[in-house]
This record gives sequence, C-alpha cells and structure tokens, in this order.
Amino acid sequence: MTRFVMRRLLLMPVLLLGIVTLTFVVSRTVPADPLASIVGERQLHNEQVVAAAKARWGLDKSLPEQYVIYVTNLLHGDLGTSFRTKSPVAEDLLRRLPATLELTLAAMLFAVSVGVVLGMIAALKRDTWVDHVARLIALIGSSVPVFWAGLIALFIFYGKLGILPGPGRLDPQRNPPPHLTGLYTFDALVALDFPLFWDALKHLVLPSVVLGWLVLGIISRLVRASLIEVLSQDYVRTARAKGLTETRVIVTHALRGALIPVLTIIGLSFASLIAGAVLTESIFAWPGIGSYAVEAARTLDFPAIMGVSLFVGAAYIVTNLVTDVAYALVDPRVRLS
Amino acid sequence: MTVDTTLAEEHSRHWFPALRLRSRRVPVPVLVGTAVLALWVVVALTVQWWAPFGPLEPTSTRLSGPSLTHPFGTDALGRDVFTRTLYGAKISLRIAVIVIAASAGLGCLIGAVAGFFRGWVDEVLMRISDITLAFPPIVLAMAITAALGPGIGNAMIAMIIVWWPVYARLLRGQILVVREQDHVLAAVAMGASPRRLMARHILPLSMSSVLVNATMDFGQVVLLAASLSFIGLGAVPPEPEWGAMIRDGAARFYHWWVAAGPGLAILSVALASNFLGDGIRDFLDPSSRRR
Repeated sequence: MTRFVMRRLLLMPVLLLGIVTLTFVVSRTVPADPLASIVGERQLHNEQVVAAAKARWGLDKSLPEQYVIYVTNLLHGDLGTSFRTKSPVAEDLLRRLPATLELTLAAMLFAVSVGVVLGMIAALKRDTWVDHVARLIALIGSSVPVFWAGLIALFIFYGKLGILPGPGRLDPQRNPPPHLTGLYTFDALVALDFPLFWDALKHLVLPSVVLGWLVLGIISRLVRASLIEVLSQDYVRTARAKGLTETRVIVTHALRGALIPVLTIIGLSFASLIAGAVLTESIFAWPGIGSYAVEAARTLDFPAIMGVSLFVGAAYIVTNLVTDVAYALVDPRVRLS
Repeated sequence: MTVDTTLAEEHSRHWFPALRLRSRRVPVPVLVGTAVLALWVVVALTVQWWAPFGPLEPTSTRLSGPSLTHPFGTDALGRDVFTRTLYGAKISLRIAVIVIAASAGLGCLIGAVAGFFRGWVDEVLMRISDITLAFPPIVLAMAITAALGPGIGNAMIAMIIVWWPVYARLLRGQILVVREQDHVLAAVAMGASPRRLMARHILPLSMSSVLVNATMDFGQVVLLAASLSFIGLGAVPPEPEWGAMIRDGAARFYHWWVAAGPGLAILSVALASNFLGDGIRDFLDPSSRRR
C-alpha cells in the first residue's frame, strides 16, 4: 500500500515538471514574438515595460536559461501579469478559485445524487423502456454543447418562466457575505444571512445542473453496470434467502458494494467538470477561473491563458492522484496489480 | 494462470467479435446513429445544390422567428439560420474528419514506434503523451490556438496536438498484446523483417480498436471545434460554423432561434456518434454488453 502511494507521489513532480515544460514550449517557441505575448502588443513600444519583462523572464538569454528562469519564477508563484486585469495572474486565479469550486462542488453533488438514482433505476428495470430513457438522458449529457445547454436553460427558466435568477452569483443589489471560504452559500449560512443564502443557492441551480449533466451519464452508467454485477453475487442471494425485503436487500446490501467503483469515477468526473466549467462559467457570467480563461482567450491575454492552463493541469494531476490513492484504500485489489 | 489460457483469451477477444457481428442483430442505437451521421454527410456534400438560400445571403427580414420560409428563423443580418446550419455541416464535418484522420495517423505512427521498439523510445513518447493528457482538451487547445493565432486552421492544429496521445496509447496497447500472439511468433521464427512483421502481422489486427475509437471521437471533436469557435478562437464570422453561430445567438439572448438550430445540429451529430460508439463497444466488449 505504502509503496503504491509512494510511487504515485514520486511520479507527481515529474508530471508537474512535464506540464510546466509544455506550457513553456507553447508560450516561448510557438508565438512569432514571445515578447509580444508576455507584455502585449500595445506595450511593445513602452521601453520601460519591455525592459522589465526582459529582466523578469530573461528573454535576451538562451532558451535553456529562459527555461530555468521560467521554472524559478513559477516556484515563487509568479505566473506573469495579465494584460487585461493588469494584476498578477496568480492573484487573479486565487481570487476566482472559490467561485469555480462552489460551482463544481454543486455540479458534482447534482451529478452524483441524480446519477446514482438514475443508475439504480436503470439497473432494476434493465432492458425496459425506463432503462432506455435513462440511457438517453445520460448520453444527451455528454453530447450537448454545454454552452448551448446553458443558453437554452437561461432562456427558459430565467427569460420565459422567470422562476430562476439570471447570470452571476448573486442579485446585483446584494453584497457578498463576509469572506470566509469564498463559497457564497456556505459563508452566508455561517453569517446566518438566510435571504442571502437563498439567493446564492438559486443562482447556483442552473449552472450546476447544466455542468453536472455533463458527467451524469458516466456516473449513472457505472452505477447501473456495477449494481447489475453485484445483484448476481452470493451475498445478495443470501440476503434475499434470509427473507429481507427487496428494498432492504438493494439499499443496505447491494448498493453499498456497487458504489465502490463510483468513487474512482467521481475523481475522473471532477476533472471533466473543471474542463466543462470553462464554458459553463462564460455563459452564466460566473466569475470563476473558467470565465477568466475564456476572457483571456478572447482578448489573447497570453500570460493569463498559460496561467490557467498550468493551474488546471496541476489540479487535474492532483485530483487523479487523490482518486487513485482513495481507490487503493477502499479496494485492495487495485494496489496488488 | 498459465500462458496457454492467456493466449486463448487474447484470441477469443480478437476473433469472436468479427464472427459474432454476423450472427447478432444490429441494435437500434447503432442504426439510428449511422443513419443520422450518414444524413449529415449527405447534407454536407450536397447542400449547395438545394439549400433555399445562400449561407451569407441577407433576406428581407432580420431576427424573425421560425416560420414556413425560415424554419429556424433569421439572424441579426437577416440570414436564414436553417440554411446556415446546413452549411455548417460542411465546416464542422470537414474539421472533424481532418482532425481525427491526422491525429489518428500521427498517434498510430507514434504508438507503433513506441510499441515496436520499446525501451527508452517508448518511455519518452509515453511520458509526452501522459503530459499532454494531463490537460483538459479544451484548456490545452485554447492555449495552443491562442499562441498560434485564432483561426480554423490553427484550431485544427491545436486539436490534433491535443488528440494524438489517445491513439498513440491505444495502438501501443494493442501492439503489445498482438505481438505476443502465436502467429506473430511464427512469423518471427520464419525470419520476417521488422517492417513486414509490423505491416502484415501486427498492424492489421491492432487497427480495429483504433477505428472504433475514431467513430466514438467524431462527436467529441465536433464539440471541441464548436467550443473553440464559440470562444472566438476557431471559425470567424461570417462563416456559418455551428459554434460561431451559437456565439451570435448568445449575444441575442431573447431571439433564441439564432442559437437553437446550430445547437441542435451539434447535439444530433454528437449523440449519433455516441450511439454508434456505445453500440460498437457493446459488440466488441462482451463484459460491457448489456445482459
């Protein structure tokens, strides 16, 4: 066990260095003029800015030297300065992280709760029309362009029906709760500000459902397959033979065994959710890392784009590691192979 | 487990599906998926001869809702959204075909080299693929397109860079399995050259899963291309590209029809490709087959 975890832990820095190298290659060798992609076209004639950038990133040195400087700067948390916001990219990202976290956590909550129920129903009613509908719902989730789904959802529930609020995290006239975690729903609850909590929660509904739907399919299919397998096992037969009610057999015996593989998929889904958040946030004007990435891409704000890539890549790697380790803890078969 | 049973298993995995294909009924999702994709291909190839309007042709009314003359309404410049959606198939399907062909080609080449030579070549190539796969596709594709400069061509290059590792890993895995099979060992014993081994004995058996994956990826590539255009890094106006059209629609929130047509088009292509992929996977992999 320890060896398995150690090996994964040792591999992580290698992978992290790898993504750093990749972003270095993309930002230094791909653009026609790396200098322009560091300070921006407009600042190219501003000698002071150019000189400062050259000194900071060592642009007049050779590529290997530049690489060392690049990595050193990163280790000091220096991701460069955004052209658009004029502030350090690392600061921008940290400021926007809670919004993205709140959205992805809510999306995950939706996807897991609905996915488990959907997968259960599909397994119990296997090969009936219920199963087929469940499959269709799941497949639509991974086939729909998430930015389009968001647009349509906003149009129906906000524009036409008016039952849910529009874009953003809060109504414009409300102030965010006192900063604690940056998750508005949580912070509002802690501050005992229930109207604010309700408002934040309502704003969270549409984007998290649209985003969560993306991975609903993977989760429900896996629960279905795994429950079908478990239901044919001896211990379930024993439970039935003891005369337990079918509900009891499924909920307390079968489901428990069936949910173990779901753990891995939660980790994997989390990664898809981070990617999906990029486009979801931009439709819902959600002030997180995703909308920051899209804004940066639209304005060709290069340091910001590379900063987001690095950040998300690192988050991806860490999530995968945590998932693997968690899975190995739960299922001894994994660490033996 | 003895060597014999492992080999027998490998054989059954490779030889049964083809035999089964003929005796099993084709599932409905596979039929539907094939039909929808075929329909889109026909549209993409022939639309210029029968579309009611031109893709860039302004009609008399702007932003009019769906009607008999304009089933999907018209956009802010009075162009017929239905016509533009149909023309969009030309762009999106071409992008998907080129990106998948190029990344599968590149990926297979790299995978074959890695799987055949093993050793440090394998190690280096696979670590590169690991690193590429460490990024969500949309994020890395965004960064590369931004570095190269926005446009369809550059977006396609970026997508190929993002997508090849999938095929490289797939083919490498297949080759590692196939090269241990009896007929390959027999060919080695008969003194077949490495090139002949690869071309005649290993690759043909390894390709089926690559083809399956390419089918399944079709919808995902269409989605990714549309996403890049939606962000503004792919197709640029006035091109009738689906993602770019949805971007237009997003700016006209209350005129929902501007985005509805292209959105449904992407959904239908991606769904069809998922149906097809799901069906094929059920065919080929007995363990995931629905019981």
